[in-house]
Amino acid sequence: MASPLASRRTGRRLAADAGLLVVAAAFVLPLAWVILSSVDPHADLRVKAPDGLTLGNFTAVLKPDITFTPLLNSLLLCGGGTLLTVVCAALAAYPLSRFPSRLNRPFLLTILFATSLPITAIMVPVYALYVRVNLIDTLQGTVLFFAASQLPFAIWLMKNFMDSVPKELEEAAWTDGANSAQSLVRIVLPLMAPGAAVVTVFSFVMMWGNFFVPFMLLLTPDQMPASVSINEFFGNRGMVAYGQLAAFSVIYSTPVILLYVLIARRLGGGFALGGAMKG
Amino acid sequence: MSTARRGVRARSLTRALPVAPAVVLLFLFLAGPIAYCAYIAFTDLQLTGQAHSSFVGFANFRTAFRDEAFLNAVWLTLVFTVLSSLVGQNTLGLALASLMRRASKPVRTLTGGIVITAWVLPEVVAGFLLYAFFRREGTLNAILDWLHLPRQNWLFTLPILAVSFANVWRGTAFSMLVYSAALDDIPKEITEAVEVDGASGPRRLWHITLPMIRRSIGTNLMLNTLQTLSVFGLIWVMTRGGPGNKSQTLPLFMYEQAFQNSMIGYGTAVALLLLLVGSLFALVYLRLLRTEV
Repeated sequence: MASPLASRRTGRRLAADAGLLVVAAAFVLPLAWVILSSVDPHADLRVKAPDGLTLGNFTAVLKPDITFTPLLNSLLLCGGGTLLTVVCAALAAYPLSRFPSRLNRPFLLTILFATSLPITAIMVPVYALYVRVNLIDTLQGTVLFFAASQLPFAIWLMKNFMDSVPKELEEAAWTDGANSAQSLVRIVLPLMAPGAAVVTVFSFVMMWGNFFVPFMLLLTPDQMPASVSINEFFGNRGMVAYGQLAAFSVIYSTPVILLYVLIARRLGGGFALGGAMKG
Repeated sequence: MSTARRGVRARSLTRALPVAPAVVLLFLFLAGPIAYCAYIAFTDLQLTGQAHSSFVGFANFRTAFRDEAFLNAVWLTLVFTVLSSLVGQNTLGLALASLMRRASKPVRTLTGGIVITAWVLPEVVAGFLLYAFFRREGTLNAILDWLHLPRQNWLFTLPILAVSFANVWRGTAFSMLVYSAALDDIPKEITEAVEVDGASGPRRLWHITLPMIRRSIGTNLMLNTLQTLSVFGLIWVMTRGGPGNKSQTLPLFMYEQAFQNSMIGYGTAVALLLLLVGSLFALVYLRLLRTEV
């Protein structure tokens, strides 16, 4: 290797490092604010070194009506929605992946089309519809809508993961007299467990962060998940306790960050390309 | 013969049975609302105790195109989409992805981690963090003071710019991941050959890299645009569409018409337009993916 080329490479690496660090510094400021403010007894709106460390903000928000009830509501909504999504997606993906049919391609194209529709746009008609059929302000209504809105992407992902499980393994089971349901549950799903985990975690994370759906479909404050109840900090009481808001944000965000780290290794760029990612 | 065919049909029906729960859910809760949307967009349905609504034809759409607030929302949506998605997320994502290929591992990991954390955070939390950042007494002005630059009340004077930057902060990770994967797919021989040839950076980008990842650029632009069209929570938390309607994009306008002004029919007409624009982008996206399905 010629040394001018090598030194040019080192120079380019330093330049790239510098460029990335500038962007990282800009991106880290809002994150630094939430972390520093959550342990700051006198938090305000700017990034600053805390005036002493305190866990007071956390103890102030760790109360049933501020934290536990909304988080439990989030868990019920997103847990229920995720369960329904994953079960329906696994069932639907199986024939799509295993049995060739003329209908598969049009069905998959429709699914892919649905993954990219702006769900925000249909929330007003969903609200109007839910008022008519008495699903408004119910947990099950919101769970059903969550599942339906996440389902297209979940089917798409699940089908792609299922395609990577070789068919031969199943054929052995079929000759032993297993039916499709048994081979799906006993052979295919265990073999694609990492893929199924990605679908599960991804659906859950999307629902956990979703604000607009519960904001529109739920009305009773006691039923609200954390994504909506967090707005109460800006409530009608005038003064905002920024430290407590920051502490609550940390508590509410931690589960999804941990879940993301759990599946991050499997989320290549190919995954990102496979379908829509909507906020 | 016919019994055999019937047998085949029965078998293919049994085989298709597992798709049924998903299809039912999608029909009732996704296709249903879309059809209902197309219906009530042509009625004068209101929020408050109205006995029944009546069909009004294209009246809602005519009202919309004469409504200055609607045209304002269309314009702001366009600005928001172009600034934050086409220019911001897309360019910054590509820049980050290509810098990462040359950077040292610790810097790469650190930057990737920070940018992805911004993306994984719940939408409302991201909204609060950027609200704090752009507020008059927030971090951005503190930095400007320190640099002796003039400060601004960003959320008041330039709210659409502030929410666009917020969307860049939140959404760049997606483009970065897409472009990292696309750049990884470029065969190593090509990059090395070009490097030995000593082609300059911009020429290399324009003549080699961009043509080779053009499909990823296309799909990424479509997905970014679709995501940006449906942003609600981020803007709602930061500005509520205000002050006045200076950051009121179409989803916020739709919400205001339907709920604050009780005009469900009118709000839905706006929603239908948004849905149509979204479908158009989705079709282009499908076309780009065509060979992969």
